[in-house]
Amino acid sequence: MVAYPKFNLAWLPAILVGLGVAIPLFYLAIRALDAEPAQVVALLWRPRNWELLANTLLLAIGVVAVATLIALPLAWLEQRTDLPGRRALTLLGIAPLAIPAYLLAYALLALGGRGGLADLALGLQLPRASGYLGSLWALSLYTFPYLFLNFRAALAGMDPAPEEAARTLGANPVRVWLRVTLPALLPAFLAGALLIYLHVLGDFGVVSLMRYETLSHAIYVQYSSAFDRVYAAWLAFLLLFLAGLALVLEAYLANRWYQAARSRSLRPRALVRLGLWRWPLAFLVALLAIFGLGMPFWVVGYWAGGAWSGVGEALRNSLLAAAPAAALAVVLGLPLAGLAVREKSRLSYFFERMAYLGYAIPPLALALGLVFASLALVPGIYQTLLLLIWAYTSHFLAEGLGPLRSSWLAVPRSLEEASRALGSSAVRTFFRIDLPLLAPGILAGFTVVFLSALKELPLTFILAPFDFPTLATRIFSFSEEGLFAQAAPYALCLLGVGLVLAGFLRLMLERD
Amino acid sequence: MVLQVKNLCKRYGPDLPWAVAGVSLELASGEILALVGPSGGGKTTLLRLLAGLEIPDQGEIVIAGARVSWPGGALLPERRGVGMVFQDYALFPHLSVAENVAFGLSKLSKLERADRVSELLAAVGLADLAKRRPGELSGGQQQRVAIARALAPRPRILLLDEPFSSLDASLRAQARAEVQRLVASFQVATILVTHDQEEALAFADRIGIISGGRLVQEGLPRQVYREPKSAFVAGFLGGANLINAKAHGFQADSSLGKIGLLSYAEGDVQLAIRPEHLRLQPDPAGQARILSREFYGHDLSYRVQLAGEVYQVKTGYATWLEPGTSVNLMVAEPAAVLAESAL
Repeated sequence: MVAYPKFNLAWLPAILVGLGVAIPLFYLAIRALDAEPAQVVALLWRPRNWELLANTLLLAIGVVAVATLIALPLAWLEQRTDLPGRRALTLLGIAPLAIPAYLLAYALLALGGRGGLADLALGLQLPRASGYLGSLWALSLYTFPYLFLNFRAALAGMDPAPEEAARTLGANPVRVWLRVTLPALLPAFLAGALLIYLHVLGDFGVVSLMRYETLSHAIYVQYSSAFDRVYAAWLAFLLLFLAGLALVLEAYLANRWYQAARSRSLRPRALVRLGLWRWPLAFLVALLAIFGLGMPFWVVGYWAGGAWSGVGEALRNSLLAAAPAAALAVVLGLPLAGLAVREKSRLSYFFERMAYLGYAIPPLALALGLVFASLALVPGIYQTLLLLIWAYTSHFLAEGLGPLRSSWLAVPRSLEEASRALGSSAVRTFFRIDLPLLAPGILAGFTVVFLSALKELPLTFILAPFDFPTLATRIFSFSEEGLFAQAAPYALCLLGVGLVLAGFLRLMLERD
Repeated sequence: MVLQVKNLCKRYGPDLPWAVAGVSLELASGEILALVGPSGGGKTTLLRLLAGLEIPDQGEIVIAGARVSWPGGALLPERRGVGMVFQDYALFPHLSVAENVAFGLSKLSKLERADRVSELLAAVGLADLAKRRPGELSGGQQQRVAIARALAPRPRILLLDEPFSSLDASLRAQARAEVQRLVASFQVATILVTHDQEEALAFADRIGIISGGRLVQEGLPRQVYREPKSAFVAGFLGGANLINAKAHGFQADSSLGKIGLLSYAEGDVQLAIRPEHLRLQPDPAGQARILSREFYGHDLSYRVQLAGEVYQVKTGYATWLEPGTSVNLMVAEPAAVLAESAL
C-alpha cells in the first residue's frame, strides 16, 4: 500500500527555497575566505569596523525604542480607552507600511533647510534632517506599525481575568499595568522588535540619504565604488552576525517567556475614561498623523508637477520585477506552507525556517551572495531580470507564508478525504475543494509579497539589469543628488500604488 | 454579618435585560454559601459586583459594616479585602508559584511576606513547587495556587467562581474536600458560584438558587432539596414529578392516591415528588405500566405511565422490571407543595 509516499513532488519547492538561501551564503563565505589569513585579520581589526558596528547597533536599538514609544501608547489608546475616533487609529498604525522608509527620508530632507519645502511654502527654515537623528526619525516613523499591529492584537486578545485578579489582590491600576499587562505584552514586543531590528540592519536607503554610516551603507560603498569585494563580503558577515545574534536572542527570550492566556470570555472590557486628558492625547496622535502620513504626501504633492516622462517606464519595470516575484513566491510558498501544516516533521520545519532565514538575511548580504553565486555558477544570469526576481522571492517569501499557512489550516485533510470518498479524483479534489478554500490566502500572500517587492531598494539597486530604472531606484537616485522635484512624480506614483494595494489587503483581512 | 447585599441590580446596557435583578442576601463570618443556577443566570455578575469589578445600578453592598458599593459607584476592588478565585484561575503566567501567592502581600515586610507565602503553600500542599511557573503545573495544582493566592492577604470574604469546572470529574470530589478544609481552617466567609447542583449541595452550609438574575430560593441544602418552592427549583435540583392534587391540610388526593404533604395547604395545589420517593410494586392487576428502563449502575430509572401521565421513578438495584410490566405506583414520602400553586 502506497498511500503517502515519503517523498513527493511537494518537497521540490521546499528544497528550492532552501537552496535559494544556502547557495548565496555559501558563495559569500567563499569570497570572504578568498584572501590570506593575515589579510583577513587586518581587515577585521580595522577600527572602522567597530565604528560601523556601533553605529548600526545604536541605530537599530534607537529605532526599536522610538517605535515602541509610538506603537505602545497608540495601541493602548486604540484598544483600551474612550478616545474619540479611536477606531481610525488602526489606519494610522497601518498606512506607514505602504510608504517606503527612503521615501520618508526623502520627504524629511526635502522639507527642511534653506530652499526646503517649509522654507519655500511657509517661509520657515526648519533644521535639515540628517545623520543619526534623521535616520532614527525616518526609520521609526516607517517601522512602528510592525510593533503597533503586534501590541494591538495582544491587547485585543488578552484575557481580562489576570488583571482583575490583580485588582482583587490589592494592586492599583498602575501596578496592574506594570506587573501584569506589560509582561503579557512581552512576546508581542519581541516579535515586533525583531522585525524592526532586522529591517534597520538591512536598510541602506535611509542611512545613505541621511549620510549616516552603518554596515549596510559601507557594504554598498565597498561594492559600488571601492570594488573591494573581499572586504564587502566580510562586512556582510558582520551584518549577518548581528542578525543572527538577534534571532538567537529572540528565540531564547520567547522560549523562556510565557504566552499570555487568550481571552475566552466575551465580557466586554471597561474602557479607560480619559476625561480631559483626551485633548492633549488627541493632539499627540494628530502630530503623528501629520509627520507620518501628511508630511510625505505634502512634500511629494508639492513637487508632483515635475517631469512625469520617465514615470511610465519606471512603473512598468517595477511591476515587471515585482509581479513575477510575488507569483513565484506563492507557487513555492503554497506547497511549503502545506507541508509545514500537514506533514509536521523536522524536515518541513527546517525548510520553513530556511524561508524565514531568507527574510532575516540583510538584503545587501543576500544581494552580494547572489552576485558571487551567479558569477561563479551561471554568469549569464548576472544582471538579468531573472536574478532580481529570484532575489525578491527568496527574501520576501516568508511574508507570504503567514497568510498561506493560515489558509492551509482552513483545509483539514478530512475535507479532501470526504471528497475522495464521494468519488472525486485527486485532481478534481484539488480544484473543487483545496483551491477555492486556499484562494483568500493565495491572494493575500501574493499582495503582501508584491507590495514589499515594489518598495524594495537594496536588492534592486545591486541586482537590477543595466538601464532598468524602477520607481524605487529613481526616487533614491534623484533624492541622493538633492533633486527632490525630479523624484516627486516617481514617489507619488509609488505612494498611489502602495496605498491601493494596502487598502486592498486591509479589505481582504477584514472579510476573513 | 460580614456581608449584607440589599436589592442589588445590574445590567450591562440600557437595552439589555437585568443580569442581576434585586438580589438581597447575608453572609455570616465563616459561613459557606453556594449560589447555583443555570449558565447565564447572573451568578458571575453577582460575584463581580461583590468583588468591585462591576458597579451596581441599584442597591448596595455592605462589608463588615462599611458600604462598599452603591448605585453608580463602588469602592475600588483593591481596597475591599475580597479575595476571588477566577474560573480559569487567572494565575500570572510569568510569575512563579511563590510570586503569585506573594502578589497581594506588597504591604507586608519581606520577612512577613516569605512567612505568609510558605504558610499558605504548606496549607495547600505545594511547598515543593514554589519555584515552578503556573504553566508547569497540573490543573488541580493551579487551582490550589489560585486559592492560596486569594487567601494570602487574609480577605474577609472569599469568592469562588466555578472553581472546579475545569477539573476532570475524577479530581473534583477531592478538590472540593480540600477547599472545604482550607476555607474552614482560615474561617473565611465564602461564596461559591456553580452550575453544578451536586457540587453546591455537597459544598455549602447554605445554598441559593439563582435564575434570571433573581435569588429564587435560599436555605439549608437539605431543606431546599426537600422542599423546593417552585417547579424550576424542583427541576433544577435533582428533577421532580409535578402532580396536580387537592389538598386538605397535611394530606392531598391525587391520581396517585393519598399523598402526605410537608406543609399545610388547602384546595388545588401542585406537588413536587422526587423520583426516588416513588415505589414500584409488580402487580398483574396494577394500573401503571413500565414504559422504559435506564440502568445507571448504582441505581435505575424507570418511566412509568399511569392514567395518561408519565412519571419518573428511581429505584435501587434490587428492583429489576421489564418494560411492559404492570405495576402499582406508590408515593413513599410526603411531597413538597409548590408555593406558586398554594392558596
